Amino acid sequence: MAKLNWFYFAAPNTFYPLAGKMIPWFTAAALGLAAIGLYIGFFVAPTDFQQGEGYRIIFVHVPTAWMSMFLYVVMAFWAAIGLAFNTRLSSMMAQAIAPTGALMTFLALWTGSLWGKPMWGAWWVWDARLTSELILLFLYIGFMALQASIDDPRRADRAGAVLAIVGVINVPIIYFSVQWWNTLHQGASVSITRSPSMATTMLWGMLVMALAFWMYSIAVVLVRVRAIILERERNTDWVRDLKARGAAK
Amino acid sequence: MKWESASQFFAMGGHGLYVWGSYAVALIAVVVEVALVRTRFRRALAAAPAPETGRDD
Repeated sequence: MAKLNWFYFAAPNTFYPLAGKMIPWFTAAALGLAAIGLYIGFFVAPTDFQQGEGYRIIFVHVPTAWMSMFLYVVMAFWAAIGLAFNTRLSSMMAQAIAPTGALMTFLALWTGSLWGKPMWGAWWVWDARLTSELILLFLYIGFMALQASIDDPRRADRAGAVLAIVGVINVPIIYFSVQWWNTLHQGASVSITRSPSMATTMLWGMLVMALAFWMYSIAVVLVRVRAIILERERNTDWVRDLKARGAAK
Repeated sequence: MKWESASQFFAMGGHGLYVWGSYAVALIAVVVEVALVRTRFRRALAAAPAPETGRDD
């Protein structure tokens, strides 16, 4: 392992066993971090002076919202690599990320709605932040629907990639929407340019939960990409060998 | 420990429905996604032809 050749793992048959080895570690990390994050969020972080205990939705809302945007960028990145270099695994990766990204977007919207009702008095408002996040959900769903509607996987990859790349423009719109337009939604709690506008323990709870969702996303995407690899490469010799050796796990 | 009783904890200062509604749905979503993705993986593995059966499509 002195000189690790990363391109070695760019092929589905070499990535498949590597992913299999990584999944338990990311699962364990996700569970451990979620336990720590929830403990901080519910038992260490103080009551908010404005929002009381209702603000504790933040520990699931902000991490899912971050992941919804981050996963989209990663999905578009792999889709673009697949489009540019015609690498199979990159496109499979993009396809594997989409459902998890859509789920994170849904959870960000759902938890946001349950937070908005007691704090703003409305489940939903058509402001820039909420609307652009809803568009993100439609972009994920559109990506999946487009790929599902094309029988040839490589053509589906290319069509999906174009949609994913064009849709990236929406991510900075979501992120900066609270600065660019008037909104009920509060501004960023964490930013690089200034100190966080929240208690330290609240911040830690949020960051640990964000890491937990990150590890979860990696684990579940790796399981899905392994399924996609098997679906697409089922008639190859290496999958045959894999089944013959009984080493598919 | 900041909570004086379990009921106080579950009440979340009157926002219990909103707080637990958020976490419950997030938990359900994660459990369902894990179940679906594991099922997909097992099906994909089972559908891949074993060497002795040869190509079936």
